[in-house]
Amino acid sequence: MSKHHHTDPLPDTVLRVKALESLLVEKGLVDPAALDELIETYETKVGPRNGAQVVAKAWTDPEYKQRLLENATDAIVELGFEGRQGENMVVLENTNEVHNMVVCTLCSCYPWPVLGLPPVWYKSAPYRARSVIDPRGVLQEFDVELPETTTIRVWDSTAEIRYMVLPQRPAGTENLSEEQLADLVTRNSMIGTGLALDPESKE
Amino acid sequence: MNGAHDLGGMHGFGPINPAVDEPVFHEEWERRAFAITLAMGSHGKWNLDMSRYARESMEPGEYLSTSYYEHWIHGLELLLLEKGFLTEDEIQQRMTDIATQEKT
Repeated sequence: MSKHHHTDPLPDTVLRVKALESLLVEKGLVDPAALDELIETYETKVGPRNGAQVVAKAWTDPEYKQRLLENATDAIVELGFEGRQGENMVVLENTNEVHNMVVCTLCSCYPWPVLGLPPVWYKSAPYRARSVIDPRGVLQEFDVELPETTTIRVWDSTAEIRYMVLPQRPAGTENLSEEQLADLVTRNSMIGTGLALDPESKE
Repeated sequence: MNGAHDLGGMHGFGPINPAVDEPVFHEEWERRAFAITLAMGSHGKWNLDMSRYARESMEPGEYLSTSYYEHWIHGLELLLLEKGFLTEDEIQQRMTDIATQEKT
């Protein structure tokens, strides 16, 4: 079983959230149905599967890839992914020479339309503190070992610009369809703390 | 303003311990905190920078020992008070009422 490492909430946090919601609903400032819809959207519709489709298309369509690297926001909208926290997107291409990795040292800026909401580790103090001084050490924790000759570039997201990594296409995937390719694209590979899955080792 | 949020390059936080297959939200209160924050944001009374400033105004020790959506709730409450949507008394009273209800 997975274990999450966020701290338990302060004793009155749960109560405070309930009180705020109940007052805001009572005053007509928020609509309960709209709240449920927001939750459902981010729990079931917006997530890394979106980004994986963008990556798979870039792997199979060189012209799309060029558009994506030139103007990521527009190229991502082409596939229907847009909205909050993705208004200004930049896509970073991984190659044999350069590996890109994304962090938000100040908070948790993350490209919601393509990756959904960030995982706890992305928002955690250790990741935010260490990725900019010890990226190789951080990658080791994610079981990623890169050759010494590979340059690692760490990109610090801001409220304005959100980054997504275009991972390298794994070898031996020439005959796979776009959909099959998308299955190899993990969330972490689009943050830069992982690589796309090897089709051989994928269950 | 210096705050505990500017973490880049700091030492001593230990390992990251990324979870495998973690859910989008861990508990119901996180869902609610997320949704009311987004919904109130759409009133246009504050922008993203103001929300972040409000979250980052947390006392550093508290910031580092609390979770992400607690930062959000701290920020939201501050903005709601600042913009006159709610008063502190109102919030306290409602918390007391809900706590009493839940006990019975």
